[in-house]
Amino acid sequence: MAKLQLREALRRAMVEEMRRDERVFLMGEEVAYYDGAYKVSQGMLAEFGDKRIIDTPIAENGFTGIAIGAAMAGLRPIVEMMTWNFSLVAYDQIINSAAKIVQMTAGQYQVPIVIRGANGAAEGLGSQHSQALESIYAHFPGLKVISTATPADAYGLLKSAIRDPNPVIFMESELAYGTKGEVPDEEYLIPIGKADLKRDGTDVTLVTWNKQVYNCLTAADELAKHGISAQVLDLRTIRPLDEQALFDAINKTHRMVVVQEGFPFAGVASEIVTRVQETCFDALDAPILRVTNRDINQPYAPHLEKMVLPSVERIVDAARTVCGR
Amino acid sequence: MSVTREQLLDMYRMMSLIRRVEELAAKAYTQRKIIGFCHLYIGMEAVAVGASTALRPDDVVVAAYREHGQILARGVDPKHVFAELFGKDTGTTRGVGGSMHMASREHHFWGGYGIVGGHIPLAAGAAFAAKYRGDDSVALVYFGDGAAQQGVFYEAMELAQLWKLPCIFLCENNYYAMGTSLERQSFLQDMSRRGDGVGMERWQFEAFDAVEVYDNISKAAEHCRSGKGPVIVEGITYRYRGHSMSDPAKYRADGELEEKKQRDGILLAADRLKKEHGVTDDELEAIKADVDKQAQEAYDWAVAQADADPALLYDFTYASEAH
Repeated sequence: MAKLQLREALRRAMVEEMRRDERVFLMGEEVAYYDGAYKVSQGMLAEFGDKRIIDTPIAENGFTGIAIGAAMAGLRPIVEMMTWNFSLVAYDQIINSAAKIVQMTAGQYQVPIVIRGANGAAEGLGSQHSQALESIYAHFPGLKVISTATPADAYGLLKSAIRDPNPVIFMESELAYGTKGEVPDEEYLIPIGKADLKRDGTDVTLVTWNKQVYNCLTAADELAKHGISAQVLDLRTIRPLDEQALFDAINKTHRMVVVQEGFPFAGVASEIVTRVQETCFDALDAPILRVTNRDINQPYAPHLEKMVLPSVERIVDAARTVCGR
Repeated sequence: MSVTREQLLDMYRMMSLIRRVEELAAKAYTQRKIIGFCHLYIGMEAVAVGASTALRPDDVVVAAYREHGQILARGVDPKHVFAELFGKDTGTTRGVGGSMHMASREHHFWGGYGIVGGHIPLAAGAAFAAKYRGDDSVALVYFGDGAAQQGVFYEAMELAQLWKLPCIFLCENNYYAMGTSLERQSFLQDMSRRGDGVGMERWQFEAFDAVEVYDNISKAAEHCRSGKGPVIVEGITYRYRGHSMSDPAKYRADGELEEKKQRDGILLAADRLKKEHGVTDDELEAIKADVDKQAQEAYDWAVAQADADPALLYDFTYASEAH
């Protein structure tokens, strides 16, 4: 088993799928001759040439729309958003076209596209470059939304996303691109819509995804020092949501904290809390708490930035509160 | 003559059919058999009929929301168009699309789209796929003078030109962006000049005569098919009705509509058939009567169809298996 960086695991998935299927191509800003803004696509131009590794002008709405059209015509585009913040320029094409074309054509046309890129805060990028946008994409039926920052999951899920006949929003992490993890040498796929228990425990479930998984694992170590056994449930896919994994978790630990990077208002965490209490109210021994970004835009100064984002300390505090110790 | 006698007869028939279907749709709308938005193509028939005659069956067509005439011109049976308007299971899109979202994969008609200009890059994407696969089909996208103001339209043109995609950008300039006249919504009146900023081959033409449209789109298609990249062509046309069924079009100048009707596409085709091909008034009347009958039968057929199936309510959110 090799230890790969997140960016290497993502690259391996794309390269394998492009070798396997001529219809797959990669399009985006700086993906080819620059080797990728975050080096995810490094070396791919050399192997596949500029017919399939395509640099675009800075015109997200236009090239996303063209990729959606290419997908309708039977190709399998991967569109790299340098960061998901820039995808808001292409929001119309993603929401009003990609998410609705199967329905608007009553199934006559499909949009097998993957739109992927860095999501969430990095360090000191300020207000417009620090957003985690799962909530505003998961809102829409017709899209699938994956958000993951562990190399093994990213590899298996990206391969599934590329083969999926639907538009898949695939969110990665700038801060985690260099993070290493074990990735099995043999090829494998991870089904979309399945959560993964990253750490087992009995007292409280920390529900999370993407790079907050790392914070939650650290928080669980910390909680153990307080005699609290915390389990970490990594959703990996936001839509479709693995409800059964959430229900199983609450029925086991009876206490839950949802850790979401991103704004709290109408966020993914709110949806999870709603669904768990609607179905499993009797299993709850305490209210479910959320740890999210503070409800403000991201400031630049490092100490201010830390105050805004979810942190190990805030996760530990919330878990101790629901456990009453 | 660029089109044969048979082709021109077919074009005359199709324009007449579109007009009759739209007239029946207007009536059905007032009876609330059709709800929502309903944008009629009356007055513009020559554009879709001329353009469709110039295309090959495997060329992709993408349309906006005034697409009843455009899907009919592509060869879809009016039965299914009416059924869609009435929310029936046998509609073009099973009753989930409605007036603005009709599609037919069999006819490479990618559908009607309701966000002004949002459909334009999809056509460039179809052209991208054609070039990627190395086939010589082209894509044609219809859009209005209003859509020519959207940013995504410029982006699609720029990318199509940069990558030399076989895409025909066909601006149907009907002089009104909803209720705002051309000179009140655009500094330049020649919308084909939008292509100048990206160095794209472009020209403007009068699109009242279906034969003129045919000639211009044939030329555009030939340009694209020969690998020279995209073109933007602007057809000057006019719609007789308001923007949609709820618009009485009171913003028009007095006499404007009557003046435009002097150049009605159906009349112009009839003139050509008589003068250039010796077709008689009786023959033309017989075609009209036949078309009226076909439209009415399609309408009656559609009314009697089963409503859109509630059992399929959730079936079109995601594709379960790849095509």
